[in-house]
Amino acid sequence: MPGIKDRVAVVGVGCTKFGELWEKDQEDLLVESVYEALDDAGLTPQDIDAGWVGLMYNFTGFSGATMTEPLKLFGKPVTRVENFCASGMDAFRNACFAVAAGVYDVVVACGVEKLLDQGGGGIPIEPIHPVLGHASAPAMFALAASRAFHEWGWTKEDLANVAVKNHKNGAAHPKAHFRRPITVADAVNAPMISWPLGRFDCCAVSDGSAAIVITRPEIAKDTKHKDDYVVVKDNALAIESLMPMYKVSYNWLGFPATRDAARVAYAEAGITDPLKEISFAEVHDCFTSTELFNIGDLGFVADGKDAPAFVRDGHADVEGEVPINPSGGLKCFGHPIGATGCRMIYEVTKQLQGRADGMQVKDPKLGMAHNLGGPGSVCSVTILGRHD
Amino acid sequence: MVGIIACGAYVPLHRLGRQAMGQAWGIPAVPGERSVANADEDSLTMAVTASQECLVGQDPANIDAVYFATTTSPYTEKQCASIIAAALDLRKDVFTADFTDSLRSGTAAMRAARDAIESGSARSVLVVAADCRPAEPETMWEQLLGDGAGALLLSKDGGATIRAAKSVTSEMLGQWRRSGDRYVRAFEPKLETEYAYVRGVAQAGKAALQEAGVEPKDLAKAVISAGDPRSHQTAARALGVEMTQLQDTLFLMLGGLGTAQVPIMLTAVLEAAKEGDKILVVNHGDGADALVLEVAQPLTPPAGKRTAQQYMMTKRALPSYDAYVGFRQLMDRERFAPKTSPVTYWRDAKLELALYGGRCRKCGIVQYPPPRVCGECRAKDDMESVKLGRKGNVFTFTLDHLVGGSYLNVPVPRLVIDLEGGGRIFLEMTDGDPKDVQIGMPVELTFRCLHEGTAFHNYYWKCQPVRVAA
Repeated sequence: MPGIKDRVAVVGVGCTKFGELWEKDQEDLLVESVYEALDDAGLTPQDIDAGWVGLMYNFTGFSGATMTEPLKLFGKPVTRVENFCASGMDAFRNACFAVAAGVYDVVVACGVEKLLDQGGGGIPIEPIHPVLGHASAPAMFALAASRAFHEWGWTKEDLANVAVKNHKNGAAHPKAHFRRPITVADAVNAPMISWPLGRFDCCAVSDGSAAIVITRPEIAKDTKHKDDYVVVKDNALAIESLMPMYKVSYNWLGFPATRDAARVAYAEAGITDPLKEISFAEVHDCFTSTELFNIGDLGFVADGKDAPAFVRDGHADVEGEVPINPSGGLKCFGHPIGATGCRMIYEVTKQLQGRADGMQVKDPKLGMAHNLGGPGSVCSVTILGRHD
Repeated sequence: MVGIIACGAYVPLHRLGRQAMGQAWGIPAVPGERSVANADEDSLTMAVTASQECLVGQDPANIDAVYFATTTSPYTEKQCASIIAAALDLRKDVFTADFTDSLRSGTAAMRAARDAIESGSARSVLVVAADCRPAEPETMWEQLLGDGAGALLLSKDGGATIRAAKSVTSEMLGQWRRSGDRYVRAFEPKLETEYAYVRGVAQAGKAALQEAGVEPKDLAKAVISAGDPRSHQTAARALGVEMTQLQDTLFLMLGGLGTAQVPIMLTAVLEAAKEGDKILVVNHGDGADALVLEVAQPLTPPAGKRTAQQYMMTKRALPSYDAYVGFRQLMDRERFAPKTSPVTYWRDAKLELALYGGRCRKCGIVQYPPPRVCGECRAKDDMESVKLGRKGNVFTFTLDHLVGGSYLNVPVPRLVIDLEGGGRIFLEMTDGDPKDVQIGMPVELTFRCLHEGTAFHNYYWKCQPVRVAA
């Protein structure tokens, strides 16, 4: 397989503040994130040859027109991508194909979501079927946490350590939704949302947008980041069962989609020892338990059971062996669904370039972005690195 | 001779002590408890469970008709017997009919069933009666009424044969509701008791006894419906029946069960009756129906069937009157009604109501919902239709506080269950304490109303902690 390793350069990134942005709409958010990314690249909207936009909910927008309209990209090809929480990264993925194939020169991949337009009470779940599979988003992921508590002896404190770490990181990031440190006791004693996940185990609802400008490395040499542009080492996508609650052979200890995507990503990027070779990772911590599963599924521990020890012993801290979510993660940064994948690319890029907005990972070489969406069904993994 | 060859009862798990109701309103309380159907139960769901008990060990292929009797149909316009038949997975050419509006609808249905079988238009008929009668708050009605269901399978021969059936009609107002009335009404109980109830029961009962050539002293049991203990005894005396022959109306333990009262009382009798026992059944309401039965073959409960007695004795006390208000949804609040497709609900009826999954003929794995392409071995269109088991164990679970965008203080337990016989299913738990849920615990499936999407009753299955241990 030819792959896209070293064939796509990230030359500009932009991201709005994430939060309860009642007064801003999709137009505001896309204009802010995309123009910031273009300025970062030293380019203008006229330079954009094509766009991909990640949008989860129809109430945020339909069609690529959601991106076209605010930016006035009339006449240009723009595609809407939806793949649950991996929508933004899948938009980036498709944009990368276009660039790697040489079909377009300058492409913008972005994502946006206006979750607060439907109120603050948890992400809206419209059941697809009249009777099958009804559950809130926390409930779907809590089923895995519940099994890990039973089989692996995970505890509320193990989950709390993840929340404390991410709050500490988020407090340092000017664009994060939540910027207040918390204690283990805060997390353990918080009201239950879906057992065993409490309020501090769940990412809240946020609005926001992020955008990435990509081009071929040959063209990157003529942009603002000609010296420190970042290249895509791989992008992988894998989808497992849409209804894991009915899957007979599923043991609920981790998410197969992540293991599938990681395997492909590492193979393409030439990584054999993730613990040593991945400098840091932005992973999908929609729930604290999911971050723990991700640590195992992405191979940072040999046995997924030991993920809590990895966090407890400080290996996931910014100073640790593999900093996990130096931005504060979904938990603190926020999770406007369509935007998150692109927000992770934004963060990974800026970390690699030594210009992170908040906590800075020391001398990173390879950064990973990981999304996991639906009931743990869809996973996208992107690895980026410095181009030298 | 047409006989009752099987019977079954269902009583909701929860009970409310009458003291609590008296205290809530500052009114006197009569002794005992009443049964309270859960918020996800109605006459139809209770009827399904009673019918399931009735049909343990019976071949459903022989059932040619289903008659559903109630004064509290969940639908004012739409038949319920057809939904019950679908949930019981009966044949599509079954004759379904609802008998409604009268407290004696259950025995009216029994008479019609007997006539159908005798005329040769049916081999077996399932008669099931259920009620959740609405009681006006701040009145004694709340204490007097109770919820439950009873089912009887009538067939060509055997069981408790029906020796005679007689009826009288009465146009007198007893207890009633007009369309649109929220609560049961009654005018003057003394009027109805003397002129309609006692006279009707006596007239119909004596006529039936005479036709059967049976004397009151020959009776092993007299199953006589009643609204209260005192009038029950008056009716017994008018019939010439002794107190010792009277079957308990269950008033003290459960309340007045409406159309289900006589079928549940009769089920309790038949589950213990001996060969040769003669039983008088009299049911009142807009007149009276009377039947004389003689047990030709005892209806010994088969293995796996829960008896009326077991349903009566397994119970959980509601903590307060407020809990009863919540269960019976007495406060006008919007019910959960997600926007889902009635087309999908109809198209998937077999997997929803009769709970069919698929077993792959290539790899043998049972899967639900049944797929076109096997999820385990990828064989295409090689699935055998199989009914899922109704018991299982919890593989994992959560306690979900978020329903329909609202935060609930009492969470909904959501369980991933490995079913007996194969297949894995994801269901809400009901009639159990969320705190008691554990991985590995045994559960059984129960037919309930899930929600009101598109303004109709979306019936499906939930699970509950095992009600009666095997």
